[in-house]
Amino acid sequence: MASSFESALHALRETRVWKSVFRRGPANTNRTRSLAIFGNLFLHWMPVKIREKSLRVRASYYLGSISFILFTVLLVTGILLMFYYHPAAPHAYRDMKDLQFVVSNGVFLRNLHRLAAHLMVFAVFWHMFHVFYRGGYKPPHEFNWVVGVVLLLVTLFLSYTGYLLPWDQLAFWAVTVGTNIISAMPLIGHKVRFLLLGGNIVGENALLRFYVLHVVILPLAAFVLIGIHFWRVQKDGGLTVKPRDEDGNE
Amino acid sequence: MSDTKTSSVAGSPQAPVSKGVSRRDFLNEITMGALGVAGLGSVAVTYQYFSPNVLFEPATTFRAGNPDLYPVHSVTFLQDQQVYIVRMPEGFYAVSAVCTHLGCITQWKPDADMIACPCHGSKFRSDGAKIEGPAPRPLPHFAISLTADGELLVDKLQIIRASQVLKV
Repeated sequence: MASSFESALHALRETRVWKSVFRRGPANTNRTRSLAIFGNLFLHWMPVKIREKSLRVRASYYLGSISFILFTVLLVTGILLMFYYHPAAPHAYRDMKDLQFVVSNGVFLRNLHRLAAHLMVFAVFWHMFHVFYRGGYKPPHEFNWVVGVVLLLVTLFLSYTGYLLPWDQLAFWAVTVGTNIISAMPLIGHKVRFLLLGGNIVGENALLRFYVLHVVILPLAAFVLIGIHFWRVQKDGGLTVKPRDEDGNE
Repeated sequence: MSDTKTSSVAGSPQAPVSKGVSRRDFLNEITMGALGVAGLGSVAVTYQYFSPNVLFEPATTFRAGNPDLYPVHSVTFLQDQQVYIVRMPEGFYAVSAVCTHLGCITQWKPDADMIACPCHGSKFRSDGAKIEGPAPRPLPHFAISLTADGELLVDKLQIIRASQVLKV
């Protein structure tokens, strides 16, 4: 059974289609293993070689990866929720309730989206604290630290814009209060609030603007910044590993 | 344009004869300048695009009905306008119901004789004066007048001093 599977795999690898997609041979030497990473768009920002100690749980607690996995979960569940949600005042609240009580598995997706969002804020903050206490902001990682801070802000803003979308009392007053905090900004505060809400009150325009920010602009910004963030981890020489980790104990 | 052309043709590549700008620098500057103007222009039109010209929001000026509707010593909350119409022996005033802290809608508590905010606990007297925070300012008074046919007219865009009272 195993041998027939292996021979089928071998035959597949000999086909012209396979060879046109993966232009290297089997990854059985260091060179072809490197080429496997370099030649793949989705892996090319990954390091070809990695120090064993930076893979230890204590080196990172995998917090960045956890944040990214949560982001992926939010992307998938969010796109699925979009199929039933109209970002307009007469529909928004009812659509949210429909997702909870009428749509098959809707409540599962909605709660998954909600829970993953809460966890992502938590994971991103923990990631930031961990990197900070590890000294991960020091040269040559300064730029990536700044990208990370922007990603933290994007995460918080995603969370905040998503908060309005259920269009219930909690959402309405949270956004009323939040945008009034924005208008406390000197000089431009009231103008920023007006532009963000598309008016003077939290109404139809505000719901639509927050929706567009939540489902298009901010996820796109997060996606690009995450790409840069991952790529720079590798370009800056991998994770910050404390010297005392060298002996394997802390 | 013709100057730069002559100078670059006449001069050798190592030593430009003319002290003027080379054609390459000139074109680069023109291009960057044009891109800069276009960029600023697109920022300006985008800003305009994002500022709505027509808003479907409650009118800022509204009629609050006949003065006789409001008994003396009364505070009446108008839900749609988020305004209190207060009638005291000295006259009428219109007090905003929007908390000056973070914009929650306050409530008139007749038993306690004060206006209280449910969000963060600010308290005001019926004339809008602050009793306790976190609200930074008293509730503003809106301009209130009588129309020709004798109805109260409130203008929420006009803030007046608390001492200005409409006598009816």
